[in-house]
Amino acid sequence: MGHGGGGRLGAELIEHLFLPAFGGTGSILAQLGDAAVVQAGAARLAFSTDSFVVRPRFFPGGNLGDLAVNGTVNDVAMTGAVPLFLSAGFVLEEGLALDELGILAQTMGAAARRAGVEVVTGDTKVVDAGHGDGAYITTAGVGLIAPGVDLGPHRVQPGDVVLVSGPIGLHGIAVLSVRDGFEFGSEILSDTAPLNGLVAALLAAGVDVHMMRDPTRGGVAAILNEIAASSDTGVEIVERSVPVPEPVSAACSLLGLDPLEVANEGRLVAFVGRDDADHALEVLRSDPLGVGATAIGQVVAEHAGVVVARTGIGGTRVVDLPLSEQLPRIC
Amino acid sequence: MKYLDEFADPELARGLLDDIARTVTRPWSIMEVCGGQTHTIIRNGIDQLLPDDVTLIHGPGCPVCVTPLETIDRALAIAARPEVIFCTFGDMARVPGSNGDLLSVKAAGGDVRLVYSPLDAVHLARQFPEREVVFFAIGFETTAPANAMTVQMARRLELTNFSLLVSHVLVPPAMTAILEAPRRRVQAFLAAGHVCTVMGMAQYVPLVERYQVPIAVTGFEPLDVLEGIRRVLAQLEEGRAELENAYPRAVSFEGNPTARRVVDEVFEVCDRQWRGIGLIPRSGWRLAPAFAEFDAEQRFDVGSIVAEESPRCRSGEVLQGHITPPQCEAFGTGCTPRSPLGAPMVSSEGACAAYYQFRRLNGPALASR
Amino acid sequence: MCLGIPGRVEEVWEADGTRMATVDFSGIRKEVCLAYVPDVVVGDYTIIHVGFALTRLDEASALETLALFREAGLLDQELGTA
Repeated sequence: MGHGGGGRLGAELIEHLFLPAFGGTGSILAQLGDAAVVQAGAARLAFSTDSFVVRPRFFPGGNLGDLAVNGTVNDVAMTGAVPLFLSAGFVLEEGLALDELGILAQTMGAAARRAGVEVVTGDTKVVDAGHGDGAYITTAGVGLIAPGVDLGPHRVQPGDVVLVSGPIGLHGIAVLSVRDGFEFGSEILSDTAPLNGLVAALLAAGVDVHMMRDPTRGGVAAILNEIAASSDTGVEIVERSVPVPEPVSAACSLLGLDPLEVANEGRLVAFVGRDDADHALEVLRSDPLGVGATAIGQVVAEHAGVVVARTGIGGTRVVDLPLSEQLPRIC
Repeated sequence: MKYLDEFADPELARGLLDDIARTVTRPWSIMEVCGGQTHTIIRNGIDQLLPDDVTLIHGPGCPVCVTPLETIDRALAIAARPEVIFCTFGDMARVPGSNGDLLSVKAAGGDVRLVYSPLDAVHLARQFPEREVVFFAIGFETTAPANAMTVQMARRLELTNFSLLVSHVLVPPAMTAILEAPRRRVQAFLAAGHVCTVMGMAQYVPLVERYQVPIAVTGFEPLDVLEGIRRVLAQLEEGRAELENAYPRAVSFEGNPTARRVVDEVFEVCDRQWRGIGLIPRSGWRLAPAFAEFDAEQRFDVGSIVAEESPRCRSGEVLQGHITPPQCEAFGTGCTPRSPLGAPMVSSEGACAAYYQFRRLNGPALASR
Repeated sequence: MCLGIPGRVEEVWEADGTRMATVDFSGIRKEVCLAYVPDVVVGDYTIIHVGFALTRLDEASALETLALFREAGLLDQELGTA
């Protein structure tokens, strides 16, 4: 099963197996956002869940606990909601060191405080040794969407500018640098961080944001493809505009990876109205988490559903939806 | 990255493209042998930027693509054995056998590990003396020195639990087969740069002389590929047929004698089936008899292998440059990277995968200017 | 099949009779085998393929090649064909 890597295979599982079972076309689930936007009485809520299974659990710049909190906070925040509460479920393998679990829990607590959210409920299960790969954490999060905030693929229009909040590829490379079979020395730290502050800043400044996603598994390539498909528009990017730190570029060259497909855990991609792009960049850049924000492309009416890049030397190529977990190659 | 980024400079690329445009007066067909070069070409849009008169034909230089189906099936059978730790480059993990691939063996509980280097397999063998560690030793001449060294190391360390499943392929016999083919359209070659880093350039002299084809030993960055194309086009326009080195920073005429010595000791030439193409005589390397104890094929009896290729797969024609991937009926429909019929759709160096991933618009034009 | 990347040799040592090195690629460091390039020393650039150095990268030659490329572009400008 290459289905967990955030790309085409995962999408097929959802489309052919889960959707038919849970609601079918037309349901809220079928919108397939990272978070669901639901009406509960007078309140509009964003509701999201994610499971975190990263190996190794500790990597330069963070650990599983950071991802478990920030990942769900970010999925909720991408709808424009203010994240408020999290649940945390743990599936622990018999034999997992208590010290390690303690560190993960402390990390999650600190991350929650940093993000301004509260873990209000949780669950723990222990499975037999050999059946759980150490620790899996599932978090769900809920947030409140203020009136007038309306983000989503339906708002994406030709002419929109595509922004990224900072340099890409850091998380994926940080994890790979300590993974069995591929270890290499590097100073790269995961960029795991809560993005709700950036989102709040954009909305408070009245920026004409149409849609936002955080490019986690499958990277920027996956996000752009998903948005192009769900909004039925084309996306064009300029490769030279995409900010890739040198060591990330070097690691990708060494392993035969495409930086556009490498996971990020502290970046957002925003689609904003053309006339507001400069304003958006100003707002992002004045936040420590958005210092490297830059425009990387635009939305077009042509080639709906397909993402195209102008290559470094002036040619063009399609930026495809990544198949699944990137396999480092030698060829 | 130093000595990499400079060779992707857009202004220098423009200069080379302009020079090419000035040189070309008639149609020419050039084959790049190496899958790495195919990848660079399609990924960067080089074929779109060249004058229409220049046709690039993608060659069989993807060792992943040409590994015989029977060998893949053998690898799957060995990897499924409980005592085996099966180590492979990431490239091979999703190549379809008759029934599944290495990743599906892994999903079913097989100990399949992706590694960056064959040295990692040696480390595993030392780390787990009670397990059988097998390394899937595929590749062109470029990779053979690495694989050969591990065998020598295993001998020196007296490892009894380490073996290679070997499927090396050689470039010059493949080029000869293409030059001998009746429908030959290829008029010049870009030879594989890193293959020549190891083997030197001498093997290409007889090809140039016998077939009167220009050959430029070419690197892998965009400017390198453009330069290789520029050199052979100049030759073609001037009616010359010579062997040129367009990658002098990494290739010398004599190659790497240290590497070749080790390779000559550990491997011997053999006939090799190229998946999709057929048997090319004396086009492969296998372990020499002196190293038979490290041969996984002999160590593991996996019974008889009956390999069944998909009847719809036309990879052989793609690999020889007779058709482009979009000309195959199954391209993008019955054959996709998700469910490939053959190897070129799965290997990132395969022409089918390159076209599928980067070209599904058949040469996309940017809406913006 | 030839993903070979240039990196700078930072440190050289011997392990089990084999010459090894730490090579730097713009901030990424990888342990590689130098057995096939006995003349390579700290400070040299090499081409690394699957954990093995295959050759010393000839820096002078690299710069020459780039200069040639620049000339190709200039020539076209002079001829008015650029």
